[in-house]
Amino acid sequence: MSAAFLVLSAFLASAVEMVEALTIVLAAGLARGWRSALTGVAAATLTLVVIVGALGPALTIIPLNALRLVVGGLLLVFGLQWLRKAILRASGYKALHDEDAIFARELDVARNAERLEGNGLDWCGFTLSFKGVLLEGLEVAFIVLTFGSSQGSIWLAALGAAAALVLVAAIGVTVRAPLARVPENTMKFAVGIMLTTFGIFWSTEGAGAHWPGADASLIGVLAFVIASSGALVTLLRRQRVLSAPVGAEA
Amino acid sequence: MNRLAAIARFWWEFVVGDDWLAAVAIALAIALTAALAHADIAAWWLLPPAVAIILYTSLRRATRA
Repeated sequence: MSAAFLVLSAFLASAVEMVEALTIVLAAGLARGWRSALTGVAAATLTLVVIVGALGPALTIIPLNALRLVVGGLLLVFGLQWLRKAILRASGYKALHDEDAIFARELDVARNAERLEGNGLDWCGFTLSFKGVLLEGLEVAFIVLTFGSSQGSIWLAALGAAAALVLVAAIGVTVRAPLARVPENTMKFAVGIMLTTFGIFWSTEGAGAHWPGADASLIGVLAFVIASSGALVTLLRRQRVLSAPVGAEA
Repeated sequence: MNRLAAIARFWWEFVVGDDWLAAVAIALAIALTAALAHADIAAWWLLPPAVAIILYTSLRRATRA
């Protein structure tokens, strides 16, 4: 049960980051040429492989409970940040994440940048896609390493991330446009809930407490986080309506 | 040095974000869970409501700002 939950969490969290990376690469490719953009993607991927290759084995030699405490705490802080933003978006306090607007902005930046060529590459296109893939990829690596090492299987988490990579890349190649139709805000809400759930579960175990029903209690924690988040969205929506100036809704 | 500071800032913003008070509160709640568990008192129930309260107060701060 928790293996499927682990793969799904890694898949969703990685897909969100990959959609963001793809948006930047598409903008760089369309504005500055595909050769430079794809070379940037390859260079960033190689850098990521080196970073993950160095960090991954190091995590497996740390005692599991200490790892769960640290990783659970980090995931909880990190997940709560996602959940907080998702609740603010769902209740209307924060603008929805708009991949179309981000794509247009990146495209504009790329088109207006000075052309600086070397070795047959346009360095602006290379740097844009290298930076985008490296930063978003580091976030994916963090998710895969923390999820995988705490659950004792980096491979399962990597499987979820790889499935997300294949799916997002396939859609990117097919549509060659920002993935605005992917319900990114809904996905971010789901990821925030999963990160927070795993964070609560692992940091409690890492702190030395024991869940009644062991792994099965993950479902209970998940239900609690979903219910609390739903209640907070409802509460904030109501608060927003009440605090709006009279006549603002007309 | 500048590069190190930029890396540290990236990870701080990536993990903690814009509400460091919530991160401190989470650390305190985990420490309390560990203290109860080491005193042989059941502590599994503590973190879920603590997280809900921390999230609620963090959202209140955000909406008031």
